[in-house]
Amino acid sequence: MTPAVVSAPAGSDWGGVLAQFLLLSLLSIGGAISTVPEMHRYLVDQHHWLSNEQFSAMVAIAQAAPGPNLLFVAVLGWGIGGALGMLVTMIGILLPSTTLTLAAARWGEARRDTRGVQAFVTGLAPLTVGLVLSSGFLLGKPSYGNPWLLATMIATVLVCVRTKVNPVWLIAAGGLVGAFVG
Amino acid sequence: MSTPDTPLAPDAAAPPAPDETPSVLPEAAATGGQAQAEAARAPRSPGEIFRVFTRLALQGFGGVLPITQRELVERERWLTREQFLELLAVAQVLPGPNVVNLSLMFGDRAFGWRGGLAALGGMLAAPLGVVLVLTVAYAHYAQHPVVAGVLRGMGAVAAGLIFATGVKLLPALRRNVLGPAAAYAFAALMFGCIALLRVPLPWMLAGLGAVCFTLAWRRLKP
Repeated sequence: MTPAVVSAPAGSDWGGVLAQFLLLSLLSIGGAISTVPEMHRYLVDQHHWLSNEQFSAMVAIAQAAPGPNLLFVAVLGWGIGGALGMLVTMIGILLPSTTLTLAAARWGEARRDTRGVQAFVTGLAPLTVGLVLSSGFLLGKPSYGNPWLLATMIATVLVCVRTKVNPVWLIAAGGLVGAFVG
Repeated sequence: MSTPDTPLAPDAAAPPAPDETPSVLPEAAATGGQAQAEAARAPRSPGEIFRVFTRLALQGFGGVLPITQRELVERERWLTREQFLELLAVAQVLPGPNVVNLSLMFGDRAFGWRGGLAALGGMLAAPLGVVLVLTVAYAHYAQHPVVAGVLRGMGAVAAGLIFATGVKLLPALRRNVLGPAAAYAFAALMFGCIALLRVPLPWMLAGLGAVCFTLAWRRLKP
C-alpha cells in the first residue's frame, strides 16, 4: 500500500524527523496528547507531509483502537513513511522519555515534595491545560467547515464534560454521523 | 508523598480525566498522606507482566489508565491503590505518556529493566498491531466517500474528546499556586500562542514555562 501523504519526506529528511520527535518526547510533560499542536505544526504546516484532514483522521484511528493514546504517533509515522516512518517516530517519542523515566523515577519519587518539583508541576499546569485545549482545537480544523461535523464536535464536548459515557460509543456515533453527512 | 492540599489537585467533584492528561487525579491528593500497605501479590516473571499488560492494553478504548488501575490494583492485586497513585504521580512529573511511564516504573521495580521492557512491550505491542491494521485499511479505503465521511465524523469526536479533557481540567486551576486569575490567563495565553499563532512549543516552554516556574517557585516559598 502507499501511505497517505501529500508529499513524502525525502531520505535526508528522516534525521530531522527523528530529531523533532526526540525533542518532543522530552517536551511531552503531561502526556503525548500535549505534543499534538507541535506535531501538527511540523507535519502539516511546515512540511506539508500530511493534510489537516489526514492528520485528524489518523489521530481518530488511534483513538478508536484499544491501547495507549500514544499510538497516534505510530499512525502519523506510518502515514508519512510506512514502516520506516513508524519506526522513526516511535523511537523518537519513546527513547528519551523512557530513558529519563528509568533514570529519574527513584530520584523524582524521593523529591516529589521539594519546592523545585512542586513549582515545576503546579507552575506548568496552566500551560498543559492550554496545550490540551490547543490539541482539541487543531484536531477539529477539518470539522469547522461542515456544520454537521462542528455540531458533532460540540456535542461530544458537552456529553463528555457532563457524563461518564465510554468514549468508544461517542467515536462510533461520530462515525455514523460522518457516514451520512461527513 | 503529595500533601493533601496540593494546589494542582482538581475539584473532587470533577470526573476522572482520561489517560495521558496532565492532571493529578483527585484521589492522589486524598490518599497521598496515608501509610502504605503492602500489595497482596507480586508478578512472578517478566513474562507474566507482559501477558497482564497486553491484556489490559487491549481493553483500553479511549484511554488505558482506568483499566490499568482496575487490573493492577483490583484484579491482580500487584499494587495497593495508594501505591498505584504514587506511581502515577511520579509518572506525571516526568515527560512522556503517563501510562507508559507508569508501566516502565512498575516493571522496573519488579524485575529491573527486563521487567520494564516487558511492561512497556505488553502495553504497546498488541495495540500497535491493531492500530496498524486499521491504518492500512484506512489508506486502502481513504478515497471511498463513505469511509472518508466516517473518518471525518470520528475525527470530529476525537477532537471533541480531547477538547473536553482540557475543559475538565480547567476547574483544577482554581486552586493553582499561581492564583486562579493568573492560572487561567496563562492557560489562555498558551492556547492563543499555540493554537492560533502557531508558535513552536519549545519557545513557549522556554519562555512562558520559565515565567510560570519562577512565579510558582516564589509563591511556594516555605
